[in-house]
Amino acid sequence: MCGIVGLFLKDKALEPELGAMLAQMLGVMNDRGPDSAGFAVYGAGKEGFIKATLRGPAGTDFEAVGRALTEETGEFVRVVTHDTHAVIAVPTGRWPSIRASIGKIAPDLALVGEGSRMELFKEVGLPSEVSRRFGLDKMTGSHGIGHTRMATESAVSTKGAHPFSTGVDQCLVHNGSLSNHNAVRRTLVRSGVTFETDNDSEVAAAYLTQCMHEGDTLARSLERSLDDLDGFYTFVVGTRDGFGVLRDPIACKPAVLAETDRYVAFGSEYRALVDLPGIEQARVWEPEPGQVYFWGHDA
Amino acid sequence: MSAASEPAIANIDHVTTTLIDLETETVRGLNAALHGLSRDNSQGSWRILNPRGRHAIVAGLDAPVKIDVAGNVGYYCAGMNKQAHVIVHGNAGVGVAENMMSGFVHVKGDASQAAGATAHGGTLVIDGNASARCGISMKGIDIVVKGSIGHMSAFMGQAGTLTVLGDTGEALGDSLYEPHIYVRGTVASLGADCILKTMRDEHKAELFEKLKSAGIDGQVDVSDFKRYGSARTLYHFHIDNASSY
Repeated sequence: MCGIVGLFLKDKALEPELGAMLAQMLGVMNDRGPDSAGFAVYGAGKEGFIKATLRGPAGTDFEAVGRALTEETGEFVRVVTHDTHAVIAVPTGRWPSIRASIGKIAPDLALVGEGSRMELFKEVGLPSEVSRRFGLDKMTGSHGIGHTRMATESAVSTKGAHPFSTGVDQCLVHNGSLSNHNAVRRTLVRSGVTFETDNDSEVAAAYLTQCMHEGDTLARSLERSLDDLDGFYTFVVGTRDGFGVLRDPIACKPAVLAETDRYVAFGSEYRALVDLPGIEQARVWEPEPGQVYFWGHDA
Repeated sequence: MSAASEPAIANIDHVTTTLIDLETETVRGLNAALHGLSRDNSQGSWRILNPRGRHAIVAGLDAPVKIDVAGNVGYYCAGMNKQAHVIVHGNAGVGVAENMMSGFVHVKGDASQAAGATAHGGTLVIDGNASARCGISMKGIDIVVKGSIGHMSAFMGQAGTLTVLGDTGEALGDSLYEPHIYVRGTVASLGADCILKTMRDEHKAELFEKLKSAGIDGQVDVSDFKRYGSARTLYHFHIDNASSY
């Protein structure tokens, strides 16, 4: 099963509400995916800085890690802790050396995602509980995507939770199962891509990132995936400036889109959208199979 | 299906309306109350408020009752319906009126995938569009879609009629048995063993009857439609067809 939600705001006045809206949508999708949950929020970025989301074992003192990093690198490392995750912001040019220092100072921390705007959180547990632990309802931003997982294809673990990020400011959530992910993974590994899990969705994320690395746009990358990825899928992909939606040509997995002049919202089911403002007047439709949809703010 | 099998809506007592608000009542409670109704005489009208995309609303009914659902519904609304006349004043999720036996289901908005799937009887009218697999494995239902339908519609359908005023997606009527498919718009592609057939007077009369049951006779000209049906070459296994199965 699995549930997906996505929200792209056109009206800046809604940005302070993004997290609360997304948390509500994610909670409704509890029963499509009670095993684990995750979400990515594209919030404010600072010119010349990169944000990295780190994950640590329960009880990790991220503030102490920040202080140690500041001391080690001579660069002030700002840390914002969210339960088992923390977001640090550092000058983009210093990021490679600071990342190396993290490996030395706190080897048990994992890098969940990095980008100028993206923050990414995921954990095992009931989705509404996961979003409460991370404080999603208080987060702000221009767009975000979320996922509730009912594991079928690989283990229930934090690493196996969605979204999967394999590139800067890029992440993907997936409802479905891919049948040729092992073959695609082998091809990507030969190109130098590394993988964290045995999960099929991570392969899809890495595939899209590789396409974009080769110079394709997100839309073109999604089109290419129609030829190269086999199986059932509804993908929702987040980028720095927007989000994209693609369903497999058979349309095995459900998808509903709603658009008003204030937002575009995606839900695996209409139920996830019912509390959005003005939903009664929204244009509600099912995305066509095999067709790429994308909404973005001008960069 | 003959006109006689349609619900005797005129016999339903419209004076008594029971109001159910799904913000305060559960779907399970609503359905249990409806399952308790007598099958044999009019059970009045019910109005369901705040459906908000919930699943299985008014599924499994067997009573001459009229039900208005005021809003969008989730999966399997009016599934397995017998006798009841259900009007959805909104969109319907996956499998509206799936496996319906008799009665009448009217969706005022769009319907999701597998509308009317496997249904044996009754009439399903969709004012908007229906997405993929509309009428999949239909076994006697009459479906009228005023908009367009998605791919693989009427796949392995066995009996009944599928009338579409708009266009159809790919692979219409794949592996079809004996449903009659009437399409006014364009067909993206025909599925295996589904072919264009001649529209004879008997088919025009049948189509007129279906349009009438949907309340649009006189508004739509039966001669604007094309008929599609089974070429009957896949009924029995034949080694030369192996690649088509």
